[in-house]
Amino acid sequence: MNRPRIVITGVGLTSPNGNSISEFRDNLLRGVANIQEIDMRYMGKVPAGVCDFEATKYQSRKELRVGTRAGSIAIYCASEAIANSNIDFPKYDKDRIGVYIGTTEHGNVETENEIYNISKFDYDTRYWTHHHNPRTVANNPAGEVTINLGITGPHYTIGAACAAGNAGLIQAVQMLQLKEVDFALAGGVSESIQTFGIFAGFKSQGALAKHDDPNKASRPFDISRNGIVVSEGGCIYSLERLDDALERGATIIAEIIGYCMNSDASDYVLPNPQRQAECMQKAVQSSGLALSDIDLISTHATSTPQGDIQECKAIREVFQNCPSTYINNSKGFIGHAMGAAGALELAGNLPSFHDNTIHPTINIETLDEECALKNLVINQPLKVDSVKFILNNSFGMLGINSALVLKKYDE
Amino acid sequence: MTEEQVKQIVIDIINEIAPDEDTSNLKSEVNLRDQMDLDSMDFLDIVMELRKQHGIEVPEEDYPKLASLDSCADYLTPKFNA
Repeated sequence: MNRPRIVITGVGLTSPNGNSISEFRDNLLRGVANIQEIDMRYMGKVPAGVCDFEATKYQSRKELRVGTRAGSIAIYCASEAIANSNIDFPKYDKDRIGVYIGTTEHGNVETENEIYNISKFDYDTRYWTHHHNPRTVANNPAGEVTINLGITGPHYTIGAACAAGNAGLIQAVQMLQLKEVDFALAGGVSESIQTFGIFAGFKSQGALAKHDDPNKASRPFDISRNGIVVSEGGCIYSLERLDDALERGATIIAEIIGYCMNSDASDYVLPNPQRQAECMQKAVQSSGLALSDIDLISTHATSTPQGDIQECKAIREVFQNCPSTYINNSKGFIGHAMGAAGALELAGNLPSFHDNTIHPTINIETLDEECALKNLVINQPLKVDSVKFILNNSFGMLGINSALVLKKYDE
Repeated sequence: MTEEQVKQIVIDIINEIAPDEDTSNLKSEVNLRDQMDLDSMDFLDIVMELRKQHGIEVPEEDYPKLASLDSCADYLTPKFNA
């Protein structure tokens, strides 16, 4: 089947170390992390990645009060992506726009807040807010985007644990190829730093990062890594069929040429390197490339002792004969942005197509031998001859794996 | 508590739940929804804040009595003074 080619024409993002792709990229190249300690209800101080974007740029104060943080992040990122795409949005047929946003989870924050609220009223449920249900329905972040922007095409979120950012993009590719929509806003968001449950859950699991210096708490592949830094963030792309993008004279940022999602079918939390390897292989296969064509692998590694090793095993198995495939990771800078991670980390690497530079993996003082991948770019950016193809990994709990293949667009 | 004080309490609540609205020149006799961008969820917020902040209970059948500042004052002042 000859499927239409799908391209990225706009990017909007907020991460702990940048609120635009240029600011984010600049900090990735300069090695600037931004993790801080926050005071978490019931837990005390924990490291977390906090975003500081101008929410009132696209929302009224009332919308901010009524909506959710995930919705606000999604609205900011979607609006920035639209602006970046240079599409004539006011005149665009809003029926033909789809919104597909990945989330790790949704509703924990709002439910925890309400339980805390009614605890002050002796758990009298008359004090439970009527905003609870619209805030906690799973489609909330995508739905808030449609209300804010007047989009009348389809919207939904895609629950895919920490593979959700890639899953949102894959959904957009499929819907564009099926011609269900003509313009898609897709990616992932995370409001997870607002919920103690995620932090406490990781802590109970022995997977919550700790370090005296919050900026060193997230340190994938370092021998002393001890867990995840939970972050908020978002990254939403505008995507179109190549023909449509060319017709309107859009600037094309990248083309999505392949992808795969599969399932470990083995454990609730422990990743399965065999299935991850298969996911990467199938993604590259679907793109029509050879494994050795991949110039850069953006790894998912979250800084947990076990998970990082599992992904490295998978990469070693698949890319052992690929001497010019470089590897990096973004979580040392921004922590783990959960549902946003896949989309956000991809955005940090897309500028490689033009600056031919691989941003480093930071916070590695002593590389874990089990994570010592050939061509892992450590602590300093690396200039290379060219970057034409990127493989973007994103994996999540319950054994959900995703990999995207991106191509530099050459006119 | 006077009717004017009750009106001010309602205005303070509106300022919290609809922070983008200008409440400085509200007409007391005119329906609040005709003067501001308030929806049914906002009125539920007003009811909730009366309950939370002042212990005032407004049963659902009485919601229409919160239509204007004047009707709020008529309806709520006896409750505040009870």
